[in-house]
Amino acid sequence: MKAWNRFKSSYLLYSFKRDPLAILSFSVLSVLVVICILAPVLTPYNTYDTATFDIMDAETPPAWMEDGSKSFILGTDIQGRDLLSTMIYGLRVSLLIGVGAVLLQSFVGILVGLFSGYLGGKLDSFLMRITDIQFSIPYLIVAIFTSAIFKLAFGVGRYAELAVPLLIIIIGVSHWPIYARTVRASVLGEKNKEYVEAARVIGISRWQIMFRHVLPNTLTPVLVISTIQVAEAVMSEAALSFLGLGMPVTKPSLGSLIRSGFEYIFSGSWWITLFPGVLLVIFILVILLLGDWLRDVLNPKLYKG
Amino acid sequence: MFAFIIRRIIQAIFVMLIISLVGFMIQHNIGDPIRDLVGERVTPAEREVIRDQLGLNDPFYTQYFRFVIKACKGDLGLSFFYKKPALEVIASKAPATIELVIVTALILIVVSIPAGIYAAIYPKSWFSRIVMAASTVGVAIPVFLTAIALIYLFAVELNWLPSYGRGETVNLWGWESGFFTWDGLKHLVLPSASLSSIMLPLFIRLVRAEMMEVLETEYIKFAWAKGLHRQRVWYVHAFKNTLLPVITVFGVQLGILFAFTILTETVFNWHGMGFMFLEAVERSDTSLLVAYLVVVGVIFVVVNTVVDIVYGFVNPMVRIAGTK
Repeated sequence: MKAWNRFKSSYLLYSFKRDPLAILSFSVLSVLVVICILAPVLTPYNTYDTATFDIMDAETPPAWMEDGSKSFILGTDIQGRDLLSTMIYGLRVSLLIGVGAVLLQSFVGILVGLFSGYLGGKLDSFLMRITDIQFSIPYLIVAIFTSAIFKLAFGVGRYAELAVPLLIIIIGVSHWPIYARTVRASVLGEKNKEYVEAARVIGISRWQIMFRHVLPNTLTPVLVISTIQVAEAVMSEAALSFLGLGMPVTKPSLGSLIRSGFEYIFSGSWWITLFPGVLLVIFILVILLLGDWLRDVLNPKLYKG
Repeated sequence: MFAFIIRRIIQAIFVMLIISLVGFMIQHNIGDPIRDLVGERVTPAEREVIRDQLGLNDPFYTQYFRFVIKACKGDLGLSFFYKKPALEVIASKAPATIELVIVTALILIVVSIPAGIYAAIYPKSWFSRIVMAASTVGVAIPVFLTAIALIYLFAVELNWLPSYGRGETVNLWGWESGFFTWDGLKHLVLPSASLSSIMLPLFIRLVRAEMMEVLETEYIKFAWAKGLHRQRVWYVHAFKNTLLPVITVFGVQLGILFAFTILTETVFNWHGMGFMFLEAVERSDTSLLVAYLVVVGVIFVVVNTVVDIVYGFVNPMVRIAGTK
């Protein structure tokens, strides 16, 4: 209750209520997330069950066009699955991978940043050199290479089975340096403040100071990057799936749906590509807008035109 | 300055060693060079003999050392599918990618600089607002979607431009070029337009932000006070000083453009290095894959090192910050 009251009078909520764009993107995002969570209840068809769809229904156009069928509102994909249900399941996969990858990369990045910033010395130079090196190679290249190597190492069949955890690892590993750098920078800022010195003087152990005292004070920038990183992770996943290095067609994410639709675009089946594409763009856009808003509210110093 | 350059070069060599180690480990653990050589119809005993002859039973570090020496001489192994040296295969695909990146870079410069300057000078005009809104939305659109949309509009519906391949090319001293035929140029339009769409929002924002910052400085106010002509203040005094950060970012982003060529080349069936890489993954052509990894690694390391050194010359803060 106390926390709720504090939240109600906070600057965060105040500025949220005054920003229509933030309200809009937040509501769109919440609706999409709720739809993802409730997908098995909401969708008319279970697209993972091969018994529920028929290849004869393949490439049915959306319901409002001639040849469209009432039972498939947005039409069907190339395998005869209801496009709307497939899209919702696809968004679910994309969201799962995005959030999972961000959790992994923030875990690795925070640990590296915290140790490097607080302990300093040789360890710091070593960890930061590694971070610099990976930072200089674009994350998409790292992700594409890692997934290609995994695909060769596991074989196509095993890779398709393990696609979700593998993609979380691939995207998590390719994005962590940004966390390490941000956390290290704010740890360096916190390290010499009086409360840390006070804690040291009364004899609290190093570990406790690092995790209980310094870490919580570095989490604001982490929160800001995390929102934008979810969008980045979803985009990377879509790119990998589009290249055929991500989710298989049997369990499509939005990226693999777009890939399979693209092969049929010349025969005029534009809806298999268009609808998942629009959904993907809306999803990424609202997360990015929320991230921008959060950055401006939490750190007015960063604000620049 | 000399120490700075040496330090950067040592770091670059170190990175290359790591990349080559990763590449070697892939080749060591995933590929089977015997299969690449003789196929399936050879008895295990004969295979073992060949293994011994090729030194594949030597300890790990000896083999790695051999790999690095050979790589330095430009020998990155044979491609299993093409039956040719991997480096030769990559070199034959490189012109397509390089031409794509050149045209994309030109589009970026020609569009982003005027648009960024305009948006900085007239921040309130409707054109600037549209440009800024479009660049916000543009960040959220993946490049393959832009590419598909362009194909659908210009190739399927309007039928103005070709949607795949490089078209007619001319062979200039071993360089397959699409620059000199009308057909080749037409094939370049859509791929380069979609590739440039990734970087455009970033560059427009960068030019605009830098330009706005410069326009606030004292010497620009002084230039106004002197009564100089508007064009002169904007383009000679202000714009010149936005160039340094723009060029630096441009250098680094050029490397990233190479990464995104993999995506555009897939959509447009553009037979460049990125397309070749994905084919190599599908055919389990390990040597070609490793060769591509090493080549791309070299490109990145060289670009980054050169940009850093140039920046060190221009901005002393960089080379001092690196020393402990």
